[in-house]
Parts: sequence; structure tokens; C-alpha cells
Amino acid sequence: MAAPLTLLLIVAVTIRAVLFRSSLAELISERVEVVSPLNAWKRVVEGLALLDLGVSPYSGDVFHETPLMIYLFHFTVDYAEIVFMVSPYFVDCLSCLLASLDRAKIFRKQKYALESDRYPADCLELLRSPKEMFYIPLKVAMFYLLNPFTILSCVAKSTCGLNNAIIALFIFCTLKGSALLSGILLALATYQSIYPLTLFAPALLFFLQRLYIPVNLRRSSFWCFTLQYAFIYVGSLVVITGLSFFLLGSWDFIPSVYGFIFSVPDLTPNIGLFWYFFAEMFEHFRLFFICVFQINVFFYTIPLSIKLKEHPVFLIFMQIAIISIFKSYPTVGDVALYMAFLPAWSHLYRFLRNIFLVSCVLLACSALFPVLWHLWIYAGSANSNFYYAITLLFNFGQTFLIIRPLTRRRKHPGGFDNEVSCFKSSVWKSSLKS
Amino acid sequence: NINDDTLILLFILLDGTKNGETFAPAKDQFQEELVIRPLHSGDIYASFQFRTLWDTDFLQEGQKKVSHYRLFPKSLGQVLSKFSVQELHISFTQGFWRTMQWGQPFIPSPPGAELWVWFHDTVSDVDGNWKELTNVLSGIFCASLNFIDMTNTVQPSASFKPLGLGNATDHRFLRYATLPREIVCTENLTPWKKLLPCGSKAGLAVLMKSEKLFHSSFHSQAVHIRPICQDEQCTSKAWELRQTLNVVFDHYTSGQGKKEWSLFKMFSRTLTEACPLASSSKVYVDITDNPELFELSPATPLLSQAVVLGDRRTYSVYDLTRAETFGQLRSFNLLLRWKGDNMLRPLLHAERYVAGFGLQTGEIHTVIYNNHPYRAFPVLLMDSVPWYLQLYIHTLTVTSKSRDNKPSYIHYQPAKDRHRPHLLEMLIQLPPHSMTEVTVQFERALLKWTEYTPDPNHGFYVGSSVVSALVPSMVAMSTNFTQDQPLFSSFVPVKEESSYFVRVYTEPLLVNLPTPDFSMPYNVICLTCTVVAVGYGSFYNLLTRTFQVDEPSPPLAKRLANFIRRIRGVPLLA
Repeated sequence: MAAPLTLLLIVAVTIRAVLFRSSLAELISERVEVVSPLNAWKRVVEGLALLDLGVSPYSGDVFHETPLMIYLFHFTVDYAEIVFMVSPYFVDCLSCLLASLDRAKIFRKQKYALESDRYPADCLELLRSPKEMFYIPLKVAMFYLLNPFTILSCVAKSTCGLNNAIIALFIFCTLKGSALLSGILLALATYQSIYPLTLFAPALLFFLQRLYIPVNLRRSSFWCFTLQYAFIYVGSLVVITGLSFFLLGSWDFIPSVYGFIFSVPDLTPNIGLFWYFFAEMFEHFRLFFICVFQINVFFYTIPLSIKLKEHPVFLIFMQIAIISIFKSYPTVGDVALYMAFLPAWSHLYRFLRNIFLVSCVLLACSALFPVLWHLWIYAGSANSNFYYAITLLFNFGQTFLIIRPLTRRRKHPGGFDNEVSCFKSSVWKSSLKS
Repeated sequence: NINDDTLILLFILLDGTKNGETFAPAKDQFQEELVIRPLHSGDIYASFQFRTLWDTDFLQEGQKKVSHYRLFPKSLGQVLSKFSVQELHISFTQGFWRTMQWGQPFIPSPPGAELWVWFHDTVSDVDGNWKELTNVLSGIFCASLNFIDMTNTVQPSASFKPLGLGNATDHRFLRYATLPREIVCTENLTPWKKLLPCGSKAGLAVLMKSEKLFHSSFHSQAVHIRPICQDEQCTSKAWELRQTLNVVFDHYTSGQGKKEWSLFKMFSRTLTEACPLASSSKVYVDITDNPELFELSPATPLLSQAVVLGDRRTYSVYDLTRAETFGQLRSFNLLLRWKGDNMLRPLLHAERYVAGFGLQTGEIHTVIYNNHPYRAFPVLLMDSVPWYLQLYIHTLTVTSKSRDNKPSYIHYQPAKDRHRPHLLEMLIQLPPHSMTEVTVQFERALLKWTEYTPDPNHGFYVGSSVVSALVPSMVAMSTNFTQDQPLFSSFVPVKEESSYFVRVYTEPLLVNLPTPDFSMPYNVICLTCTVVAVGYGSFYNLLTRTFQVDEPSPPLAKRLANFIRRIRGVPLLA
């Protein structure tokens, strides 16, 4: 495992280093699919330049990063390339580790279940062999490091990579079982962009499962732990926000960062659904549709938590995917984050009917994005509808990509790690036979 | 024997036509001429005239009917004989002759098309002839002269007396019509050029290329046919066909700022030879007004004086039938260059332009010139850029003489979307006799569809930059305030003697922004909501549906068999 992983790391570093030094770096950092007004490097530099001029970076509408980012980059702006090179490895190593953790846990469970002969016959094909599971962390690492989306995001020096690193750290701490660190990191991730707020529920469910506390609203132990975790989370959030206030001495950053994320004033095209919708919106309905779209991101948390309460890791994946698709300024870096976790559920691939179609759609869209952008903006022979159509198709493909594993899990009661439901189904079958 | 005589006559005839002497065909000659007159406003007026003189009589009938055409165009000759036309004047004009700025034209013409014709007094049905004539001319000149009918034709009683020979005083034989809406274009120029003996292949007609001719302030082409006397006693008459083309080139659209005119600049061609069929081919340049103010090249010793339009004018003449006019390169390009620019150059001057391509990014360049030979002075540059062009102040560069010039004071207020624009103020020290360039990059925003003007592809305007400075003065200024100071010198208060306050405004900029499709609001809402609904619907289905294992119902045969078995009391099938 160590040798292939090292080789993978070397290849990834080489690719990124080559691209950093080439002329493509500037081209990539201007692409709207890779950077958004929230995380473009050009805007970070602009914010720092404004700070040097003595003007608050938040007085204009060009800088939408949090004050801690200013603090970080104030010292590392000359070493920016190294910072951005390191963050994907962070994510990658962490996802590797979490996959291996997960794998160990699952393996143990499966071993016990096999020994107690609790799996019915037709569940066997869903079990994963140790050999398969051995390579999952490597596959996860490969999926993240060699994903063109990640490479583009890294070369463009988009702060999306840093946000991904924080989320990966959070997942790692959650799986390791450290509630304190998990709460703090979740607060940091929420502070960076509001949407990781929805990851509170799966993290909570994981800890409850780990500590063998049943999810029962009438039990006091449930409320005890929930309140503890919530306290850690909210407390860290307050502390971080307070720190930001003292950095620049004003609350200007709140409307500039969070107000910007929620009210979507900037209509720069990106790969998401928001920009054209609000460019063509009737003024009368603007507030209504902004509320609808933002609620859409947070809305799936409760139902998904109820249905997937026994599979918090899968729930985390679903939440991250939903955030990446429906957030207000998505970029390919966000897409790359949830794509990295797909190999962890590779045993479900056998049952995915449309995997070829979905991957073709995503590949075609990724290829067409720059072409139609050029035709609209530079050649002038196409118009905004062409780019918008590809945006729609891309999001459609993404939706199908994440719905399918969920479908597979629901339709096959013997889904992995689900020995309880598998047991149920075996009980069913035996009752029918008799 | 009659047959023998006929044969001999035929032989003489043939012999005669071969040599062209014995049969005495009608004598015709062709002259071409170009007059170039520089106008006071800096524009230039070129007037071409092509004259074909033919000793014949079109209005003859029978054997003497004209059938052999040489220099005179056959189409016009046939028209003249068929409709018994005494005089024909037709003109096509684009633009309006500005008499107060340009003086008087050689051949006047109204905008649009104008046609006036004197018919021969043997014509019985003048109106019928007029109608047919207009239609035929419409075909010859590719113009819509067929719109001329009785509703726009008049018979002037006093104006438009015949310009050539003609004792017709009865205005019943005169018809006049104009079509002011008629547009002149290449389609009218081409058949007009075809009427010339050399076509557009040789001689002065080579210069008539439509891309340049129609890119002018005034363009007029005309055909004038009239009978004239050949000598003073009018013993013999001849038909004269004059084709004239008057064009005025605009200094600003084609001059590109420099006061310099050449044949190449005007017509994008030079002259290589005279028309071989022309007996005279000359170029006249009017040098009456400014003999010392501009120089002509190539120089010519030939001068001619003429009294035209009540004024005695002097012309330099270039004879194209002489080979030495074309020089070594066998090409004649007349050049008029205005000598010396005695205007006092301003000490401070600024320009601004947008660089870059595409609708995503761009760069604003402001160029400030300090034309003082040895003094440097500071200027204050103020830029106000609208919010939808997002400036990136970290890309601001100020260079003078290709070296970095850091401004000593910068005040920058960034824009707030839909609230206030960018404000950038800088104090820059301009080195003497130098050009300073201020560059800043910007990104173009996509606006909401209601925020675009009704003509969004026209672009958005960016206001002028303001450059304010105290410019060192060559002359000491008086700081005393006196009551009878003229108003024009007392607008700006003078604080010190050695410098004066000046404010220079640059050009406004016109910047294009990417536009959404304005016809799509409903469609966009439907399509985006569809995609969101597909996601929502799939999630809803998956989260609310429960799955049960369903035993498939046994086939009919089995059910029937089980039914019979139950009746018989025998164990059922599985």
C-alpha cells in the first residue's frame, strides 16, 4: 500500500508543479468553472492590496473571503503555491485514512456476521472481499489527486481547496471519535462557507452510534450528548467570529461574506444553477426564489438523517454532494470533493444501471464548458443560452450520479454495513418459506 | 452593268472601312480630365469629366441611321435615336453639397436622382416617349427610375433651358423629374463606368473604385448629352456626351488626422497610363489659394489659368499622355502635403482607451503626455468607473518612459454593487517631454436583465477621466485682480505667476458587457426549476417509498391445478 501511494503522490506533485510553471496557470485561474467570486485567488490578492492601501477589503464588492483567510495569506502570499499544493494532499491523506478506518470497521463487522451466519444467500454478493477493500483507500486517493477537477482547482489557487481540506479534517476527526476537534473543525468549515452547517446532523448521528446512544427523542442521554456537541460547535463558531471581528475591528465581513452567499448579488456565470436564473428573474419574485433555492440546500438534511440514521458516513457523503450541487457559487473543486468518496461505495457499481450514461454526460459537459464559453464571450457567435444549457445538463448528471447509489442502497435491503436490514430480509424470506 | 457597279461600290466600301478614310465615318474624339481642389475645411474635392464628341446626327432616319459606334456608347445612342431626344441630363447624387463650406461645385446636382430631357420637336407623344425613356434608362443605369411617372414629372416653363444647341423654346418638349429618395451605390456606378470608351481599365477611370468613392461626404455621377457647335460659326454640329463624377473626401473619415492627400489615399489606386483612345488626358490641381501652404509632388512646370465660377484660378497641370509624367515607376501618385504645423502644441494632453478582447476582461489605458521640453510637473488623475466594471487595483501600473513611476498619493474607493462607482485619484509626477501610461485591469459583470438599456449591444459608457494640473507657464501670469480683465482670462483664479491651472478631459469609453438572452425569462425559470424538481423528486421518492419483498403470484395453470387439488383434497403444489 505504501509504494503505490507514494508513486501516486509523486505523480500528482509532478503534474501540479508542471502546470504551475507553465503558461496555463494564468489561463486556468481565469476560468469561471474553476474559480468563483467567493474563492478566486485574484480577489484574495486584491483584498490584500486594498489592505495595503489602507482601505478595508470589505468596503467594495470584490473581496468575499473571511478575515482569517486574510490573516493566513498575509503571511503566506509568497508561498501561496505551496499552500495550495499541500491542501489537496491533506484532503487526500485524510480521505485515505478515513476510508481505511471505515474499511477496518466494516471488515470487522462482516467477519462477525459471516461467522454467525446471519447473512442470507442473496446478500453475499454485496459483501466485500478483503482484497477489494484493501485497495479502496488507494482508489479514493487516486480519485481525488488525479481528478482533473482537483488539479485545475489547485493550479488556479482557488481557496476551495483549503475549504475542502477543512471538511476532510472534520470528517477525519469525526471518524476518529474526537467530538471536541470535530466540533471545532465543523465550526471552522461553517465559518468559511455557511453550507457545512448541514454536516452537524450526520456528525451527531455518528457520535451517537459510536457511543451506543439510541436516537430517541425521549431519552435523556440523547439530549445530553446533543447539547454537549451543539455547545462545542456553537461556542467555537462564536469564538472564531469574535476573533474575526477583532482582526479588522468591524462587523463588515458578515454582510460581505455571508450576505453575499445568501443573497447572490453577483451573477458571474459558473457551473451552478443560480446565475442565469437570477439574471433572468422578475424583480418581484427575486426574494421568493432566493429563499426557495437556499432552503433547497438545507432542506434534505432532516429527511435524509431520518432515513440514513444508521449510515452516518454515507449521509455525510450525500450532504456534501447536495451542498456541491445546490450551493450558490459552485466550482469544480466542490464537485471533486464528493467524487473522491465514490470508490468507497464501489461495491454498489454492479447495480448502477446508468453509470455509463452519467459518466458520459459529465465528461461531455466538462469538455463543452470551455468551448461554449469561448463561443459566447470571445467569438460572439453563440449566446448565454448555450452555456446555460450545459450548466443544466451538468447538474442533471450530477443529480443522477448521487441519486443512483442511494437508489441502490434503498432497493437492495442487503446493502453494505446493513446487517440489521439484511437480517430482517432473511427473516422475511424464512417466514415466507414456512 | 448594275451588278458590276454594285460590286465595285462594295469593294470600295470594304476598302474604305478597312482604312477608315475613304468612307469618311463620323469623327469622334474622347477627352478625360480630373480636377482636384483642396477645400478650406481640409476636405478635398475631385471632379472627373469624360467627354466624347461625335460628329453625327442621331435623329436621322433610314439609311443614314447611325449603326456603327466607336467611342460613343451604343446603348445611349440607340436611346437617343429611338426617343428623339434632343438633350438628356441625368444625375445620381449621394450626400448634400455644402456650399458655404466647400464653395461652388463645377457640376451642381440635387441629392437623389434627377432627370431632365428635351425632346425633339418632331415627337408627337412626348408623355409616351418620356415614360418609355425613363424605363429604358432605369435598365441602363440599374436605378429605380421607373418610379418616375406623371405624379412627379413637371414641365418647367423658364428653368432648364437647353444647354446645347436647340431652338426649342416650347416647353411642351421638356420634362423634368427628381427622385430624392434614390440611393446611389456600386450597382449604379458599374453601368456608368461601362459607358466609358476605356471602361475602368485604363485612364482616369481606373481610380473609380467603389469602396473609396462611396466612403465620402458627397458623391455625384451624371451623364449629360447635348448637341453642340463644333466651331464659332456653327457650321457643323456634333453630339457631346459628358460623364461627370464629383466626389468630396472627408478629412476625418479618410484623412486620419494628417493633412495630407494623395491619389492613393483618396482612391486606393494610382494612375499608370492614359486611356489610349483619349486625345487628351489631364489632371488639374487647384493651387490658387495656398501656393506656399502645401507642396505638390511630383512637381510640374505646367500651369494654367482659368476663369471659372467668377474667379480666376491657377491650376497645376499634369499631362497623362506624356510618358514622363509617370516617372520611373510607371505610376503617377499625386501627393499634396501641408507644410509645417504651426499650431502651438499644448503642454498637457491625455487620451484613454480600452484594451483587451472578449467580454470577460479588459484593461483601461490612460495616456498622459507632457510636452514641456524641460520641466516636470505633477498631475492629479481622477477616474470614476461604473460598478459593473470591477477594477482590480493590484493590477494598477504607472509607467513613464518605460520605467515604473509610483504615484505619490493614491485615493481609492472601491465600488459597491448597484450603489456607488469606483473612484480612483492619483498624484503622478510627469517627467519632461514624456508619455505616461496608467493601466488597470477590470472584469465585466453580467447584470440582471432589467438593468440593461434597450440597446444593450451598443455598450455602456464610462465617463471621461479628469486630469488636473498646474502647468508651468512660458509667460508670467499676473496675479492682480483688475475689474476690466476680459472674462475669458478670469475664469480660473491665478494663484501664482509661473503656472496656470488646466483641466483636461479624456475620451469617454464605450465598453460592451456580456448579455443574457432577453427573450428567455420564463423559459429559464421553467428549465431551472425542472432540474431542481428532478433532484427534489428523486430524493422525495427514495426517502418516502418503502420496499417490500413481493411474492410473485403463481401462473394461471398452477392456480387452477391447486383449486382442483383442493377440491380433491390432495396436497397443493408449491
